[in-house]
Amino acid sequence: MQNQSPTASAVDSTKKVIEMNDCSISFGGIHAVDHASLDLHQGEVVALLGHNGAGKSTFIKLLSGAYKRDSGTIRVRGEEATINNPRDAKAYGIETIYQTLALADNVDTAANLFLGRELRTVWGTLDDIAMEAKAREVMGRLNPRFERFKEPVMALSGGQRQSVAIARAILFNAQILIMDEPTAALGPQETAQVGELIKQLKTQGISIFLISHDIEDVFELADRVAVMKNGQMVGSAPVNAVTKDEVLGMIILGKCPPGATPGPGAMQED
Amino acid sequence: MTDKSNVTTSAPDGARQSEVSAITRFFRATEVDTRMLGMLGALLLIWIVFHIFSEGRFLTPRNLWNLSVQTSSVAIMSTGMVLIIVTRHIDLSVGSILGFVAMVMGVMQTITLPSLIGLESPYIWVITLATGIVIGGIIGGLHGYVIAYLTVPAFIVTLGGLLVWRGASWWVTTGQTIAPMDTTFRLMGGGPYGSIGAFWSWVVAAIACVGIVLMIFSGRRNRKRFNFPLRPLWAELTLVTVGCGAVLGAIAIANSYPWPKGIIKRYAASNNIEVPEGGIFIAHGIAIPVLIAICVGIVMSFIANRTRFGRYVFAMGGNPEAAELAGINTRWVTMKIFILMGMLCAIAGSISIARLNAATNAQGVLDELLVIAAAVIGGTSLSGGIGTIAGAMIGAVVMQSLQSGMVLLGVDAPFQNIVVGIVLVLAVWLDGQYRRRSV
Repeated sequence: MQNQSPTASAVDSTKKVIEMNDCSISFGGIHAVDHASLDLHQGEVVALLGHNGAGKSTFIKLLSGAYKRDSGTIRVRGEEATINNPRDAKAYGIETIYQTLALADNVDTAANLFLGRELRTVWGTLDDIAMEAKAREVMGRLNPRFERFKEPVMALSGGQRQSVAIARAILFNAQILIMDEPTAALGPQETAQVGELIKQLKTQGISIFLISHDIEDVFELADRVAVMKNGQMVGSAPVNAVTKDEVLGMIILGKCPPGATPGPGAMQED
Repeated sequence: MTDKSNVTTSAPDGARQSEVSAITRFFRATEVDTRMLGMLGALLLIWIVFHIFSEGRFLTPRNLWNLSVQTSSVAIMSTGMVLIIVTRHIDLSVGSILGFVAMVMGVMQTITLPSLIGLESPYIWVITLATGIVIGGIIGGLHGYVIAYLTVPAFIVTLGGLLVWRGASWWVTTGQTIAPMDTTFRLMGGGPYGSIGAFWSWVVAAIACVGIVLMIFSGRRNRKRFNFPLRPLWAELTLVTVGCGAVLGAIAIANSYPWPKGIIKRYAASNNIEVPEGGIFIAHGIAIPVLIAICVGIVMSFIANRTRFGRYVFAMGGNPEAAELAGINTRWVTMKIFILMGMLCAIAGSISIARLNAATNAQGVLDELLVIAAAVIGGTSLSGGIGTIAGAMIGAVVMQSLQSGMVLLGVDAPFQNIVVGIVLVLAVWLDGQYRRRSV
């Protein structure tokens, strides 16, 4: 028996919040994502796995609006969504924590948290004080020891920068969260912290796409795994229906185990 | 957080407490930008050196007043250049845009408008200026559109603009010089009549002082509202004193520069005033172009620091990809920056032709280099994301001080350029050293 996620009961399998169908994008003849499909249910954590260059980040960027898909449909809460840029995605409550963090290094924490969605005074000017107050509040929850609000984020440590990126994603009541390698820059203790945060967000009914390299993490946090290879979807499976070795087999060979639902990228047995 | 006077003086994260000296503590408490202070120090040094070598002719009301007028045009354009360089672009076309718009404004006020609304109509200057600003905005917008939406590098687009608009300015009058300008329009160029006089200069000073006090007061009140650490009271008072002192000092200098005797004689004759034995003392006060430059500086600082647009400009400079991913319409912001630059060129151009009392084909030649140099000396980083409006304006004063100082000393023109070139490189190198150590 696989370790069951303690908060698995939060998943509402009747409600699909995201349905990505048959999505493709190519860059100059290279099919970075090739007819890939994936769903996400309410309160579910779906881990997206695969080698470097398997197309995970690109696939998920179609949802976050960073790239515009060539074909395929995306449905958000059952309705067909138009996502052509990051603004569109945010309007649907889809927030992304990018692998590169996507922070403007030369401005301070509050400016980064509210980038693109600044609080303004009645005069229409930036309300820096209110933004800093809110930043102190949300950072206080994530990283209580954080004090360097006046400094540009380039002066912060890797972990601190990561918490700024995470804080930005959860600040605006996201319903769907995309986390692209959220722990890649972190030490063990901070990684555990992010793990706790994911569980906590899940209990609030937030649905999460988690891109990760770390299969241990994935089995600890995710309800379902999906594996990509060469831009195609190998298959997906509930974490308690497959073993870690089987998942590794999916990643490396593209071999779909019996417990998984095969996709177009699965290795043909015959 | 209860002991408010102490909070700001403690080092961030409680580290390095022991290394904090009295001077560092002072700077930290007042939150003064030490880099800016260094630049002011360098400026003062340049002034004192010129003063000594020119046998006391540099730091005189007359020279400083002229310096302020000569700086205005470049200072105005440098505020826009800051935003452009901050977003990792460059604008080589500002001198040519200035030249073209200035020529159009010259034709408008001397040929077009007089035939429509009559010679010396009081509306000529404002219609001319407004048209100039619109044309400047359109030209800037065109450059911005090609840069942002057609993704041609700004260097190339504005290099093209440099040639195109210089040529276009020749076409407007097929090379003829347009003169003289409208009398009211000419006030924008300074001179005895283009200054606001002693009384109004003191009024401006009073407004500025009240503004400084209000700004510090409201900042303090806002910080209290959210229980943020406050500056110690003595630091606030120091800032108020220094700020108001600088304003009053500058006005006192402007007000101690009298009108020349000839002008007074003519003025007295036309106003039926009897000139007493010792002559009358009529002070220049602040020159109108300087006032315009100061207003532009304040408005641009406001735009850069207090509006969304300004925040986006800096965020784009720090990390263009992050700005895009945060949902900022980076292309439109880029285009707006260039529109703003074009409008500032028009304002600078009107000052330039008003001062010269003529629109020539050579108006603004090589200004782009002075403007870029001013922004860069003023601390704008060519790698993007860093720069201040005030810094660029001080940079413009530094450039102009060097030039007019050397003129006072009788340095040959080619040698002047050599010095300015070397100073530019030296300033950027020093700045790099400073930044490397402070990060």
